[in-house]
Amino acid sequence: MDQKKKQDLIVSACLIAFILVVLFVLEKIMPSGNMLFVVLKKGAIYALVAVSMNLLNGFTGLFSLGQAGFMLIGAYTYAIFTIPPDQRLAVYQYFDGGVVQFTVPIIVAFLLAAAVAGLFAFLIGLPVLRLKSDYLAIATLGFAEIIRAFFQWDVLGPITNGSNLLRKFPTFDSVLFPFIVSGICIAIIVLLINSSYGRAFKAIRDDEIAAEAMGINLFKHKEMAFVISSAFAGVSGALLAMYQTTVQAAAFKSAMTYEILLIVVIGGIGSITGSCLASFLFVACSEWWLRFLDNETFIGAWQVPLLRSGFRKVVFSVIIMIMVLFYNRGIMGTREFSIDSVTGLLKRKRLPGDKKMKKEGK
Amino acid sequence: MENKNVLHLENITMQFGGVVAVNDLTLDVNEHEIVALIGPNGAGKTTAFNVITGVYEPTNGCVSFYGEPIVENFPQGKMKKLYAGTNNGKFTKTISPTPDKITKLGIARTFQNIRLFKSLTVFENVLVAKHMRAEQNVFTATFRLNHKEEKRMRDEAMALLEEQSLAHLKDEISGSLPYGLQRRLEIARALATNPKLLLLDEPAAGMNPQETKELAKFIMQIRDKYGIAILVIEHHMDLVMEISERLYVLDFGKLIAVGNATEVQNNPDVITAYLGVDEE
Repeated sequence: MDQKKKQDLIVSACLIAFILVVLFVLEKIMPSGNMLFVVLKKGAIYALVAVSMNLLNGFTGLFSLGQAGFMLIGAYTYAIFTIPPDQRLAVYQYFDGGVVQFTVPIIVAFLLAAAVAGLFAFLIGLPVLRLKSDYLAIATLGFAEIIRAFFQWDVLGPITNGSNLLRKFPTFDSVLFPFIVSGICIAIIVLLINSSYGRAFKAIRDDEIAAEAMGINLFKHKEMAFVISSAFAGVSGALLAMYQTTVQAAAFKSAMTYEILLIVVIGGIGSITGSCLASFLFVACSEWWLRFLDNETFIGAWQVPLLRSGFRKVVFSVIIMIMVLFYNRGIMGTREFSIDSVTGLLKRKRLPGDKKMKKEGK
Repeated sequence: MENKNVLHLENITMQFGGVVAVNDLTLDVNEHEIVALIGPNGAGKTTAFNVITGVYEPTNGCVSFYGEPIVENFPQGKMKKLYAGTNNGKFTKTISPTPDKITKLGIARTFQNIRLFKSLTVFENVLVAKHMRAEQNVFTATFRLNHKEEKRMRDEAMALLEEQSLAHLKDEISGSLPYGLQRRLEIARALATNPKLLLLDEPAAGMNPQETKELAKFIMQIRDKYGIAILVIEHHMDLVMEISERLYVLDFGKLIAVGNATEVQNNPDVITAYLGVDEE
């Protein structure tokens, strides 16, 4: 069994290295304005926040809709602590350069983003996590909106720049950066889910009463999942800030949470790889592949009907409806994409009984 | 030799609005003993379980475990008039821990309608029960710094599955098991918490006579092997008469009889409760 584990680990490591090399080469040979890079960058960021939402919705069974709020906190924390002091006067032009007059290294800013988002989640979780299902969703959604309004408050201007943009903080050019940061964070979440605590989370999802009867402190574990999920949402918020190069609280609407929820549902509630796949698919569709629907197109003198600004959203909604009606467990369901399953698909000739015997043999 | 008292219920009363589900129940379970709690439907047996395991806070009374009060409530002032139940003035404070704390003390339970973690495997179901006693925190668990502890948990869970002859099913999804095995697994999972007292809520529900007989043997085996006390709620009279040293009979929340099988069987109150009164 250990041999097999080691083998899997080596194969996965090779696969990751291969992907990174491919990305690196692609970046060298293709023009940097290509849509592919937009999709890859945004996709990687959305993958992280979708996985963090899946940790709550899919693995702990807490239906929370506060993700955009925690992303906002992460984005602001990162931006506030990394704007160079000599630029602050320009950024905080209405607030005399703001109160924060120092910067921290990017990695520290990321950790701070996670910590602050986690802290807010901890405080919000104290009252909110005593609620169940729909009520929890409404309460977290409400808190996300409150956070958004709070960060736009004028009195906090010296820190958050009120409702004005935060800008001129360090950003990334290479597509490798969001991939590596997201990759590390998702790896940590996967490790957590496969640990003893992950099992406890899944137990809570399956049956709260039985989980409690097995000695699992419901509140403590829910709070833990909530804080960890929010901390990673904070990291992805910081990444999003870097990607967008500016931060404004008004952008983190509840619509953003719904986008993420959509990714989680399309990918399969309870599947990490599903969330990752779906986030790239979603971003590719909404930013790239379905863009043509928004443009008025002429074939000769004949205008193609329906194609005009906004039609993309109609098509998108229809796709989602079809998805929910006929494919409501998502792309992956609760399964995970693994090397085993791929090789299993390739080697179909194996008898059904074989797999079981192999398992017992291990 | 006098056996030590494991569980002691004193004047337990559980009232839901005007309904008194359990009325002044006093009950004892000693070490290495199988005690049964029986009664017609709606007599308050499961409610009594829920009080012991901390799901409900009793409206009056005290539960002690090895002499230590673990659940205690004694309404004072206005509440005293509101709630039924006698008290001897001993209870002074309210103790109402959450169910997980009671499990940690060493009381494990199964449920009337099986409550397994349906999407987890058989092995994981047992492993979850080991979680609470493991020395770890979320950081060490995530980064696998607890691998020794994890290995110990896995070994213990595996050993338990082997003892309960469920080892060959360890990778099956628990929700897909047949009914009888699900019951077995639920008991195994409860045992995995290392209890000193096991509460079984209708373990023979939905079983045929043959399976019931096997279950009786199984329950006694558990008692002998792990040296624990067992409190069982049951409808099947054959099972109860066969395994239990002492029976408590509840009717409409009130205790109507205590004693061994024959004593209880000949008790006129019990016969009335089960068969009804002859009108003539």
